[in-house]
Amino acid sequence: MAMVTKSPPYMLAWTSKSFISPRAKLLIFLTALSPAIRLIWYGFDDGLGANPIEFITHFTGTWGIVFLCLTLAITPLRVSTGWNWLISYRRMLGLFCFFYALLHFLTWSVLDKNLDLHEIYADFFKRTFITFGLLAFLCLIPLAMTSTKKMQKMLGRNWSVLHRLIYAIGIFVVLHYLIHKAAKNNFGTVTIYMVIIGSLLLWRLRRWYIKRSNNVRT
Amino acid sequence: MKPYLHRIPASEITAKEIYDQRRHFLKVAATGALGLEMSQWFTRNALAGSLTGKPNPNFSVLEKPTSLKDITNYNNYYEFGTDKSDPAANAGSLQTSPWKVSVEGLVGKPRTFDLDDLLKLAPLEERVYRMRCVEGWSMVIPWVGYSLSTLLKQVDPLGSAKFVEFVSLADKKQMPRVNSRVLNWPYTEGLRLDEANHPLTLLTLGLYGETLPKQNGAPVRLIVPWKYGFKSAKSLIKIRLVEKQPSTSWNDANAGEYGFYSNVNPEVDHPRWSQASERRIGDAKGIFAPKIKTLKFNGYGDQVASLYAGMDLKKFY
Repeated sequence: MAMVTKSPPYMLAWTSKSFISPRAKLLIFLTALSPAIRLIWYGFDDGLGANPIEFITHFTGTWGIVFLCLTLAITPLRVSTGWNWLISYRRMLGLFCFFYALLHFLTWSVLDKNLDLHEIYADFFKRTFITFGLLAFLCLIPLAMTSTKKMQKMLGRNWSVLHRLIYAIGIFVVLHYLIHKAAKNNFGTVTIYMVIIGSLLLWRLRRWYIKRSNNVRT
Repeated sequence: MKPYLHRIPASEITAKEIYDQRRHFLKVAATGALGLEMSQWFTRNALAGSLTGKPNPNFSVLEKPTSLKDITNYNNYYEFGTDKSDPAANAGSLQTSPWKVSVEGLVGKPRTFDLDDLLKLAPLEERVYRMRCVEGWSMVIPWVGYSLSTLLKQVDPLGSAKFVEFVSLADKKQMPRVNSRVLNWPYTEGLRLDEANHPLTLLTLGLYGETLPKQNGAPVRLIVPWKYGFKSAKSLIKIRLVEKQPSTSWNDANAGEYGFYSNVNPEVDHPRWSQASERRIGDAKGIFAPKIKTLKFNGYGDQVASLYAGMDLKKFY
């Protein structure tokens, strides 16, 4: 049997209520939205620099990966701290990851490539970092589409199987970023994300392994 | 009870000007504009003096020059950091005076030039060149300088000299990122001797009628307008004439992506992106500006294509 982590009762008494109150949810929502608002502000304030499309591409990509890390961090954090209320933010964080990834994709396809399908198609097959970036984005779409409670109910057990795609997305995103930076040996920032996503995935692998060996024993 | 304010001694009260300065600093810091503000300060700081050249219309394009702000705030100068805004923020520590350039190797009269020698060697010209970065963006820049061939003539190249190696300064004390592993330092570039002697190849001392800003490679750099920007080495300290093709920094770092020749060529893609088109920095249409078509040899084909007659430019990219 898998272990069920239970929060101490005194924590449940106040955390679950105050941390998932509508006001707290709104606060987290606005915080998560604030980079996008800042980007619009930059646009009107001549703050996008000499190469605005490059700036927007990097900005939206960075926030996409930040929200991916946050989404992946929920379960390990919840299990190790017992703060079960964390789970009620996972969907929002995941959808923000999709939101910034969508902006990132649109910046590339519409602003940079002018929706030139021929060029987009050629890039997908020719340039490995584009291949992984697009794969990650394509995998995010079904996850965003099935994120509602209704879909969750409808899909039942399949829902959690489908949403394991997020692990593949994590790997694709790291490869996307890493290959992009590799040619210039410029590994500074990408290493940080690689370590974060890598440890979050390894944590799951370890848990799965422990669970499996427990099952075998019993 | 007396109001609280009355109990503060006069010496403790912050003067209005200082208060305002602090307010301004906080405001700037809070809006995240500190970096921008600092970079503007460095830009002003870096533009030390006027350095005008006689406009040379034969070697100038008619396109609208990129703004000084963009030219001095969007730079690749990895000795000061890999972000485009890093050089403007960090290059203030570069000491450009005194400065010496040693011209040596397979030459009859090796010589070390100081900056004054270089400024007096030939009449300065202003040439408006296109600058195409290998990353897919471009600018139009009014450089000040003269043909490198004028300098090379001074040292009497020997018949055995076939290539020219350019070495940039690499001083950890002045350049915070020289300890990074992005490239092997010092930054080294190279040209074939006939490329180096081509009249378009410019020994550059200024831009926009001023001495070179530090983030643009002060006090003296190379400009080779028909090649990708990284061929135009900055802050030169050594120019060496050699017999064999010298190794160059980017080619060492990633030979598959950065060739020795690196002529601008829309027909040869970079492995990670197409080189068929480019984004012109500072286009008034902003994020909706369409890309412009990249020209072979960056539009300087009439002058330089003959240098590569009979060569397979896909092989020698």
